[in-house]
Amino acid sequence: MISLSPIDLTLASALVALDAGVSIALRLNLHRQLLWAALRMVVQLIAVGFILRFIFTLNSPLATLAIVMVMGMIAAREIAARPVHKFRGLAGLSISGATVALATIVTAVLALTTAIRPHPWYDPRYAVSLVGIILGSVLNAGSLTLDGIVGGVWRERSAIEAQLGLGVDFRAATLPLLREAIRRGLLPIINQMSAAGLITLPGIMTGQIIAGMDPVEAVKYQILLMFLLAGASGVAALTVAELSLRQLSDARQRLRLDRLR
Amino acid sequence: MAGPFTLEVPRGAILAISGVSGSGKSLFLRMVADLDPNDGEVSLNGASRSGLAANLWRRRIPYVAAESGWWAQNVHDHFAADQLERARGLAERLGVASAPFDGPVDRLSTGERQRLALVRTVILDSPALLLDEPTAPLDPVSVEKVEAVLRERAAAGAVIILVSHDPAQGARLNARRLRMVDRKLEAET
Repeated sequence: MISLSPIDLTLASALVALDAGVSIALRLNLHRQLLWAALRMVVQLIAVGFILRFIFTLNSPLATLAIVMVMGMIAAREIAARPVHKFRGLAGLSISGATVALATIVTAVLALTTAIRPHPWYDPRYAVSLVGIILGSVLNAGSLTLDGIVGGVWRERSAIEAQLGLGVDFRAATLPLLREAIRRGLLPIINQMSAAGLITLPGIMTGQIIAGMDPVEAVKYQILLMFLLAGASGVAALTVAELSLRQLSDARQRLRLDRLR
Repeated sequence: MAGPFTLEVPRGAILAISGVSGSGKSLFLRMVADLDPNDGEVSLNGASRSGLAANLWRRRIPYVAAESGWWAQNVHDHFAADQLERARGLAERLGVASAPFDGPVDRLSTGERQRLALVRTVILDSPALLLDEPTAPLDPVSVEKVEAVLRERAAAGAVIILVSHDPAQGARLNARRLRMVDRKLEAET
């Protein structure tokens, strides 16, 4: 493997400076945001690199679980923060937390106990990396679906209440919204799968090839990952849609917009 | 919150509620329909609201808001196939021609929307109706047509509770008239 030196990274960072220059020249007013994002990315990744190195050295199930939980909590917070109208109190975090937990556990456990089977099963090199990739998809699908449900219910409130007022049950009155929101949540993974290999070379596969793995072996890993991500996205979209719609109604099938702020 | 309200409406009676904006008239109708949280007990023809699933209760006592909501692109998509001809006939009776009935919702005038929302509700043949300002955006001829339909429903035994800003409407409908003052119902003097 070709090792990267700080000089290599500094040279590459000139491209970010180039973007910033374009922003200044065209008065896009994006240069501060761009530089801040680049700086954040560098600090976050360096920190994560050292944390992962430490966790890999520990090789303990508790340490693996702890870092996986922290990553999951951050993803849950991001999902809950996405809609313009957020749930009052802890409802939003509970919904996104349950979504992240279910989607991640189902897919990660399936992968770790069937296809990948590392020894020990909690080997952080596999478990943490796998959970990290899965969380990316869960975050995408969960936040897009939640935004679709909450935004849709808010926008269509008079249409939903008109149906409720005529005796239509809440489930039927919100079914088109549920379908649209889940469809929206699954679009990124569908695009990702359709483009894989033709328009884009997925990051994991590219990384493994650069690290010296046989391309066909890397492709197998990538296919497995895509399937896992598709499953995680589906579970996340369905779970967040179901839970948020439940929270937006009550036992008397009312539309409870008062639970949003 | 509003109330408490204690009210008994005989079968076939019309109840007209007036009052200034924000006094709680719409909230009262929504509470009877169970669309807003409330602690009250409501029964209809001996059947208690709490003993029925919410959607079944609202099917018996449907509610039409002052600004009607629509959930499909075209007007006729808001009616079940077996109700379509009856709905079209009732719409024509209320002065809505077949062109708007077969057209998209976003081409409807405010008055057409309100009358078609009423058609949606009346064809359910429910034992009660909750109507929030059903004739507010209408011209006098259309108001007369709507009132004729409401009188027919009452004559068939339906209880009608409506909110109206027109002081003469209660008299024309031979309705019991109440006024909402600071979220409490008072008999109109």
